[in-house]
Amino acid sequence: MNITEKILAKASNQKTVSPKEIVEANVDAVMVNDLTGPLAVDSFRKIGAKKVWDPSKIAIVLDHLAPASSEKAAELHKILRKFAEEQGIPGLYDVGEGVCHQVMVEKGYVKPGALIVGADSHTCTYGAFGAFSTGIGSTEAAAVFATGKIWLRVPETIRIDVVGLFHSYVTPKDLILHIIGHIGADGAIYKSIEFTGSAVRRMSVEGRMTLCNMVVEMGAKNGIIEPDETAIKYLRLESAEMVKSDPDAHYEKVLEIDVSSLEPQVACPHSVDNVKPVSDVSDVEIDQAFIGSCTNGRIEDLRLAAQILRGKNVKKGVRLLIIPASRMVYLQALREGLIETLMEAGAVVCNPTCGPCLGGHLGLLAEDEVCISSSNRNFIGRMGSVKAKIYLASPATVAASAVTGKITDPRMLEA
Amino acid sequence: MIISGKAVKFSDNVDTDVIIPSKYLVLLDPNELARHAMEGLDPGFYEKARRGVILAAGKNFGCGSSREQAPIALKYAGVKCVIAESFARIFYRNAINIGLPVIECENVSGRIADGDELMVDLENGFVKNLTKNATFQATKLPPFIMQILKDGGLIENLRRRLGVK
Repeated sequence: MNITEKILAKASNQKTVSPKEIVEANVDAVMVNDLTGPLAVDSFRKIGAKKVWDPSKIAIVLDHLAPASSEKAAELHKILRKFAEEQGIPGLYDVGEGVCHQVMVEKGYVKPGALIVGADSHTCTYGAFGAFSTGIGSTEAAAVFATGKIWLRVPETIRIDVVGLFHSYVTPKDLILHIIGHIGADGAIYKSIEFTGSAVRRMSVEGRMTLCNMVVEMGAKNGIIEPDETAIKYLRLESAEMVKSDPDAHYEKVLEIDVSSLEPQVACPHSVDNVKPVSDVSDVEIDQAFIGSCTNGRIEDLRLAAQILRGKNVKKGVRLLIIPASRMVYLQALREGLIETLMEAGAVVCNPTCGPCLGGHLGLLAEDEVCISSSNRNFIGRMGSVKAKIYLASPATVAASAVTGKITDPRMLEA
Repeated sequence: MIISGKAVKFSDNVDTDVIIPSKYLVLLDPNELARHAMEGLDPGFYEKARRGVILAAGKNFGCGSSREQAPIALKYAGVKCVIAESFARIFYRNAINIGLPVIECENVSGRIADGDELMVDLENGFVKNLTKNATFQATKLPPFIMQILKDGGLIENLRRRLGVK
């Protein structure tokens, strides 16, 4: 069995499982946020359950509209605070703690071999640590609150072996955009994607999270990477279940990618699989640049942005928004002097939140405006006006573009 | 379960941001959400759907976010069933969980036009285009999913299974 099959087998108390089989799995942790949680609370009440199955395994993160962007958003937050109190759920992460997927990792819900579900599509991020994790809806989260179980179809797995050395300023974000462009927005529906190979082993945890985070943009159920010392160290675990794929594990397909020849990639409007090399779009003028989100708002991303922006200025007429993914990331960036560098260059640094990524608040787009973003979706209307255009790229490409005012290969800026 | 109605056509990769734009996710009333269903692609959709329609779409319907508000908005706007060549998995689960029937039907997109009269037989897994007098094989839903739909959604299904009166 491969790693995903092993986790699903264990979680459903079976020796083995095969693709397409439907299992009822025990859940190790479940997460809801401020946009999906209130509906889950409503469903939980309608189910008629009185107490949640295990308060310690439930995380509630107020992140999408944090701090409350409107009176209605404040009401949503209030519903969740009240529910956490009533049910004795210790894991209520209030305004300012950060984006749910970063918070879940920092607060210890994510462990190798665990099965985690969350009412947010980017829950697949935790595969970076060898966990099986996937997105679900609110009512299903409510059912997990009540029972601690969920039905899952065992997915077929595509293995992607990544080899070679990245050029400087070419990042895991460029790799995953390249993969999505190749596989397509519907190319991995219901499937698992397992990343292996020397380039993945060398990759930082932040980079691995970016890879797993975006598998949902190909329709995948989960993305996963075998846990290793790098992952364990990041989680500050003393020991962990180092679940690994068997040498004879079955894969539906195996792809090999050499990153040595990869150049920075950009996903063009209005689809995440509309991916082009940066050189093809380098004349596109931008109004806004955004670095943040569960995809690319971590310390490594901010370091990269600061490296590019140090001693330079954001182009007049362009807004550069920077949103650290969590309080911990923000504090680390402060200690390293990154925030100062970014502010001096002209960036606007906001509190940890999902914010503009989903058109929630803090930097929406007007008609005909163009944004280059380190986030994960460029759908019509995603960040505001249905007439705005969103280009997705790495934090390096976004930072370089903020300096020149048009989409820019970060390697050109350096030269 | 047999469902009949007029088709409203959409193309491939209809995402949840166009089904229900995120600015409406603060709304808790399903009838309010319904007024903004499909606003990202067709601001006149709500008026069109109110008489009861069947959506017929291409590949990867409902891709993107996990927002359950997407199938809720469609259901309360008047959508009785969604037929697509494939579904994004979270949307698919959400639709079933809130009691909105969904059915996968290969190559259906080119064989249904806007306004065609359709009939969907969920249990036996076929779609009939009454206007064009054609029948298409669809993927049958597994019995336990069919049961969730028959119960009216996951809440009712769980209430029954947990013996909640």
